[in-house]
Amino acid sequence: MENLVEIRGLRITFAGAVDVVQGLDLDIPAGKTLCLVGESGCGKSVTAKSILQVIDHPGRVSGGSINLRQTDGSVLDIAKTKPTSPLMRQVRGGDIAMIHQEPMSFLSPLYTIGNQISEALMLHRKISEKDARAEGIKMLEEVGMPDPARRYDSYTFQLSGGQRQRAMIAMALINKPRLLIADEPTTALDVTTQANILDLLGELQRETGMGVLFITHDLGVVAEIADEVAVMYLGKIVERAPVRELLENPKHPYTKGLLASMPRLDGDFKAPLKAIPGMVPPPALRPAGCSFHPRCEWARKDMCGHVAVLETDLGANHMVACHAYGPQAHKFSRVSKVVDVGAPVAVAKKAVGKPLLSVRNLHKHFAIRAGFFQRQVGAVRAVNDISLDVFPGETLGLVGESGCGKSTLGQTLVGLHRADSGEVQFADIDVRAAKGAEAKQLRTDIRMVFQDPTGSLNPRMRVRDIIGEVLQVNGNHSAAEIEEKVQGLLARVGLSPDYAERYPHAFSGGQRQRIAIARALASDPKLVIADEAVSALDVSVQTQIINMMKELQAELGLTYVFVSHDLGVIANISDRVAVMYAGRIVELGETDQIFRNPRHPYTEALLAAIPGRGARKTGARIRLTGHVPDAAKPLAGCAFADRCRYVTDACRVNVPELRGEGNHLDACLRSEELKLRSVSQTEALVSA
Amino acid sequence: MGSFILRRIIYVIPALIAVSLISFLVIAVPPGDFVDRLAEEAAKKGDIMPLAEIEAMRRAYGLDQPLLVQYWSWITGVVLRGDFGYSFGWNLPVKEVIWPRLGLTVVLSLASLLFVWVVAIPIGIYSAVRRYSVGDYIFTFLGFLGLAVPNFLLALALMYVAFAWFGQDVGGLFSPEYIEAPWGWGKFTDLMAHLWLPMVVLGTSGTASVIRVIRANLIDELHKPYVTAARAKGKGEFALLMKYPVRHAMNPFVSGQNDIFVDIVSGGTIVAIVMGLQTTGPLLIKALMEQDMYMAASFILMLSVLVVVGTLLSDLLLAWLDPRIRYQQG
Repeated sequence: MENLVEIRGLRITFAGAVDVVQGLDLDIPAGKTLCLVGESGCGKSVTAKSILQVIDHPGRVSGGSINLRQTDGSVLDIAKTKPTSPLMRQVRGGDIAMIHQEPMSFLSPLYTIGNQISEALMLHRKISEKDARAEGIKMLEEVGMPDPARRYDSYTFQLSGGQRQRAMIAMALINKPRLLIADEPTTALDVTTQANILDLLGELQRETGMGVLFITHDLGVVAEIADEVAVMYLGKIVERAPVRELLENPKHPYTKGLLASMPRLDGDFKAPLKAIPGMVPPPALRPAGCSFHPRCEWARKDMCGHVAVLETDLGANHMVACHAYGPQAHKFSRVSKVVDVGAPVAVAKKAVGKPLLSVRNLHKHFAIRAGFFQRQVGAVRAVNDISLDVFPGETLGLVGESGCGKSTLGQTLVGLHRADSGEVQFADIDVRAAKGAEAKQLRTDIRMVFQDPTGSLNPRMRVRDIIGEVLQVNGNHSAAEIEEKVQGLLARVGLSPDYAERYPHAFSGGQRQRIAIARALASDPKLVIADEAVSALDVSVQTQIINMMKELQAELGLTYVFVSHDLGVIANISDRVAVMYAGRIVELGETDQIFRNPRHPYTEALLAAIPGRGARKTGARIRLTGHVPDAAKPLAGCAFADRCRYVTDACRVNVPELRGEGNHLDACLRSEELKLRSVSQTEALVSA
Repeated sequence: MGSFILRRIIYVIPALIAVSLISFLVIAVPPGDFVDRLAEEAAKKGDIMPLAEIEAMRRAYGLDQPLLVQYWSWITGVVLRGDFGYSFGWNLPVKEVIWPRLGLTVVLSLASLLFVWVVAIPIGIYSAVRRYSVGDYIFTFLGFLGLAVPNFLLALALMYVAFAWFGQDVGGLFSPEYIEAPWGWGKFTDLMAHLWLPMVVLGTSGTASVIRVIRANLIDELHKPYVTAARAKGKGEFALLMKYPVRHAMNPFVSGQNDIFVDIVSGGTIVAIVMGLQTTGPLLIKALMEQDMYMAASFILMLSVLVVVGTLLSDLLLAWLDPRIRYQQG
């Protein structure tokens, strides 16, 4: 097998002194997909950019070699080539192309996608504009863009997320590169769109025989697309193996930790997840010896902290860089702790008793204004006739693609939007009519945690004031009382009490989300609505936060409404799950019922789209095309009809009601006759 | 796009009505009027005007009517007949005084704006791309100097230099022999020969601020992801710079141009007095001091219309430049 690119001893230095990547060796094989995995801050993206010499100032390649095998057999050392030289420009986009995480910001909104696609072609081939246009449209067709001739003249903001990513893939592949670098290309997409894009990349790779370097933090995606996997930690490859070998037989404690912290969809959903303690330190504070040793449960003080690690070849293309497999292997017992099952993990709670929150026929519409006088011409039905109950002490998961209305529902419940009609009853308070003391009580009893812990914490306030504000505003608490409460809360969310003096910028993403949770808990709420509260976090930090939220729930008897697009997280934390589509609940039931015995085709498709489900045969796949229907258009029949593989004529006429026996409800006309696939019937690949 | 332009133009109408009303009221509301001024002047000469005569004059000029009636007859004259009223000070219809002056003001202002663009855009781009280079520091220093020095001082200095060292005829927009001459090639070249000095003076502070705006905007854009993406396609550095970051940095620049234009139009008064320019500024001052109300109101109205139209133009330009505005508000 031939390597397309061989990286040896690569060093990337930022701002003069800090080595982000230090002595990286990596071979990228031709004609295969190599996945580069690790948490954020490990240097994955910057390594990828170094191959194209497009690292942003003040970063630069400061040592090592990047040898690219040319088509004529000669070898070009990219690290020694001037970034602005014509030779380098020829490599970029010609031999090696790149796609990125956020097509919205990596494509310019001021030019049509066609302009930007043809530009890539015209930079590398002498071709008339007319021919370039024809080629561009052909390429868009190849990447599955619907109506390519018309979309060619679209701007990015006129396309959906999946279409944008297709446009960027077309732009990268139009010159038929030998290596495609894909930097988290599906991270910003919905799970259903992600499945489609992964399929597309897999197909294109097989057709063109190009090599792919695929960067991701999601091991489910790895299972889906990789031939080989390299795990990266703090600028070094710590383990490398063919994909099956790595996922089924991981060696390095970091790889084991990443796998263990992933929410599982086989076995017991609710089995407590094992988080890797701590977080990736900044490169300036790289620990001596093995850089992973402070977070490693196998670490031995006598060597890991100061002896540099060497790579050990385990045979069968499996390489690991860990002392526990090196010459001193006999000193390590290599036994990992099993997760403490005795931890206060809530046993599945039954939806019994009187609901804490009761929602009936809730509507929230946003007016669409247009024309000369900005008259209302329609409404986006973000929340459309929703009824549900939330019982004390349980966690209700709200799941669905973006645009399905799940966040709007959460925000309406907490009072950030005024509902248009319907009833919301919290304990004994009519939420929509509450005034005065009742309204005040609602504000302290129902609290919210937001997705982005950077944007939701005021950077000009100290942590103490952020957490204590709700107490200052509601009710009369003395400064001393508030101080005591804040100290208690900080300890409770696992932060040192003296952090109260600091400002939010001093904290990492995970720590900020802990602060946001402490703020939500400050007024001793009964209900906490978490809107994508762990979506922005790295998987190991995500696991830490989920575990903490579960512990808090068990200790304080909290009730959660947990909004997320991540089905693994939902399965792990929820007692009951509501699946939303186009502003409605299409299925509602206990977590086991939803995941093991889905009754709505939309739920089935969502479950099938979870990456790493093992179904590598395309025939066995369920894939959703298109996206959530425009909520502005009036609905005839079932909103899901256009994307449903079981659709009948009746579905386009009759609006399905949410109904069912016991506590498992669905809104599908055909739910009784259909036999749908669940997660347990597909092969569960990820097993740590 | 069509609907967008049409809506923008329709929005202009209420703005113009408000502007005309306010410019009239600003002049008419303060106590005293032109007749009072005449009486005062006469009294200074020891010639006391009888009250009856004052009243008769007020009636003759229509100054005894309620304000709104005066406004109505003035504005209907302006809109229907292009009649801006009568200047008491000049004893001439306002329009005969105003048009030639307004024309010169517009020419001078546009010339200054052009000067600003030609000088500031390349320097701004250079300063952003070569941030913290010696050249950037020099231009930054000169820019701050340009911002800090008052226009009239610069005018005096430049006039002195041009006169003493180059023996140029300075002051005014024309040589004496052309002031009353009809328009022709000779008068045009004479205007061009005189125009550069006030153009530089009026444009200097605008240039300085535009350099800063472009530099700041461009620095923000230079490291945006789409730049990396274009570089990864293999595009050359200069072509890339012009196509992506510069084009993106143009948007805030374009929306800021109207402010600079307004500054040039209204900020030119002192410079015009110092340099003896036949623009609107000095005339407006005189009209205000004499409480020559139709004259002053007409001037303010015209200048305000210029500003409103300038805003409209920069909005339309922005929509043309930026598809997000074109498609999302249209």
